[in-house]
Amino acid sequence: MLDIIVSVLTRTIIAGTPLLIATLGEIIAERAGILNLGMEGIMSAGAVTGFIIAFTTGNPWLGMLAAILVGMLLSSLHGFVCITLRANQVVSGLALTMLGLGISGLWGKPYIGRPLPQRMPRLDISGLSDIPVLGDIFFNHDWYVYLSVLIGIVIWFLVKHTRMGITLRSVGENPKAAESQGIPVNRVKYLAVMTGGGLAGMAGAFLSTAYSGSWNEGMVAGRGWIVIALTIFALWRPGGAFLGAYLFGGIFVLQFMLQPLGVSPNLLAMLPYLSTLVVLLIYGLSKSGQRRMSAPATLGEPYVRGGR
Amino acid sequence: MQIDLLPRERSTATLNLLILFGSLLAGLLAISVVFALSGVNPALAIFSIFKGSFGSWYGIKETVTKAIPLILIGSGLAMAYKAKFWNIGAESQLLVGAIFSTWVGLNWGPHLPAIVLVPLMFLSAFIGGALWGMVPAVLKIRFGINEVISTLMLNYIAAEFVKFLVVGPWKGATKGGYPYTDDLPAAAILKQFPLSRISPVLLSVAVAGALILGWLVYRSRFGYEIRVIGENTHAARYSGINFFRTLVVLMAISGGMAGLAGAGELMSIHHYLSYPDSLSAGYGFTAIIVAWLARLNPSFTIISGLFFAGIIVGGDAIQISMGMPAATVDVFNGMILVFLIMGDFFISHRVRIRRGRTVDA
Repeated sequence: MLDIIVSVLTRTIIAGTPLLIATLGEIIAERAGILNLGMEGIMSAGAVTGFIIAFTTGNPWLGMLAAILVGMLLSSLHGFVCITLRANQVVSGLALTMLGLGISGLWGKPYIGRPLPQRMPRLDISGLSDIPVLGDIFFNHDWYVYLSVLIGIVIWFLVKHTRMGITLRSVGENPKAAESQGIPVNRVKYLAVMTGGGLAGMAGAFLSTAYSGSWNEGMVAGRGWIVIALTIFALWRPGGAFLGAYLFGGIFVLQFMLQPLGVSPNLLAMLPYLSTLVVLLIYGLSKSGQRRMSAPATLGEPYVRGGR
Repeated sequence: MQIDLLPRERSTATLNLLILFGSLLAGLLAISVVFALSGVNPALAIFSIFKGSFGSWYGIKETVTKAIPLILIGSGLAMAYKAKFWNIGAESQLLVGAIFSTWVGLNWGPHLPAIVLVPLMFLSAFIGGALWGMVPAVLKIRFGINEVISTLMLNYIAAEFVKFLVVGPWKGATKGGYPYTDDLPAAAILKQFPLSRISPVLLSVAVAGALILGWLVYRSRFGYEIRVIGENTHAARYSGINFFRTLVVLMAISGGMAGLAGAGELMSIHHYLSYPDSLSAGYGFTAIIVAWLARLNPSFTIISGLFFAGIIVGGDAIQISMGMPAATVDVFNGMILVFLIMGDFFISHRVRIRRGRTVDA
């Protein structure tokens, strides 16, 4: 029994890791007022780039770096379209998803099903990793898991306790006031959306170079969309991202745990998506919950300098 | 030198058309760059795509076949987007429509003549798609849940449900273990033009549907309310428009149209319910771009639907002739959509380039 609990919790943390990384990215972008619906596509492009680079160089770290760069590049396109050209963010995000999925299919075709010789290594923390139970659950993972936690803490600190965080939030909440304070509003928006894209790329690389160690079309499997929902669930707070990511990580694991009990795998596969709706519905049932679900004030709206 | 972006007071139809073609051209150029970077000869690939779709009788007939679902879905999406209701769930509205009409076809089909059965299956598909489409509208207005999220989640849920049906309770006894339902009775199958897969009934339904929706949007009281909601939410509230009723009806129509597309694929092409991705080649997503290229005018989806159907058919052709992956079409679609919305900027803004340094007022 203890074995099962340990295994479930260990896998929950692993399954929650890509969700955590990408959700943190989306939180940053949305805090600056940019809705990036392209996460699914960016994660996919990150997964394929990370895999190809890790495969050809034999170095998963270079794969991670390349995935981050591709994520930043793709999201800068979103930035250009939405910030500079003030286009509709919903449609631009959807276009980015199609583009990301398309590019990854095109680039990844020769690599489908080939195993990665060198996956992202485990971080062996001597002493901690050997602790029974706790060591297995928390201290026996690859670098991505610890990096994601570290990034989460850093972002939480930056958003909540520093001038940078105030700048970011003011750009999303009241860009006009921010600009009168001398903040370069659109530059901050670009930085935020590109940081978010970089993190989404990294989340994708985790899937292909650490989680599965292979590339396959459709391997992101809707996680990018769940990330958009998790951002709302987290109420745009990094702390909430931790809770949401591991909760949904758990739901992904549950799906496989219940399968041997004879429940239809297809009905179980609905679980993450159904839970997303249920969680949002719970917020939506009360007026105060609906208010808390309200996004940063100018989310989705383009900012026109000196405009109305 | 300084570049100014100034709002354009008025735009002409010619200018709109010029910008539209400019965007498409720029999009093709960008696609060429992506192809070249991926080691594919861009000129050959793009030529092969259009040759595959519009370069032969067979290609043209296949293009029309695939335009039908795109027109049906795209016109419904155009209507929803007019109200800025971001329905991304057409893919699953199509599936639920197919589920409903499969049930009617398998259960009532053997006892009814075609003249009764076919309209009944269309009706049930419309109702199925409409019900599935109304869910996100209710979730948004009553519970404040973003419709992009809800429609996307409903896509995954419906797709898994279809898989559950065809491997489980609805698995056909005559299909030797394959994940298909039994064949629909003969009365449910739509006749096709000779030597093609185009059903005249279905084609008429699609064209008439797009025209009716165009009329609704631009000529009716309901369409007026939709447009006001889309253009200015505050004004809409002020003028006493019933948001709940308007958006629920809107999504019933939008979802219902996608449902019709599901029934059409079933009754004309497949003849049984099977896995979601064999029933629909991502029509629900491609139709988003179809709606956008039509400038959100449902009637224009007749043209833009044909264009993107051509890209799907051409995409299939280069998979075979050039060994390119299916995802190539996604690159095409995504890039064209990006450039279309970029083009919108130049409809509402003009660019002024001034020489010399000037001080910004």
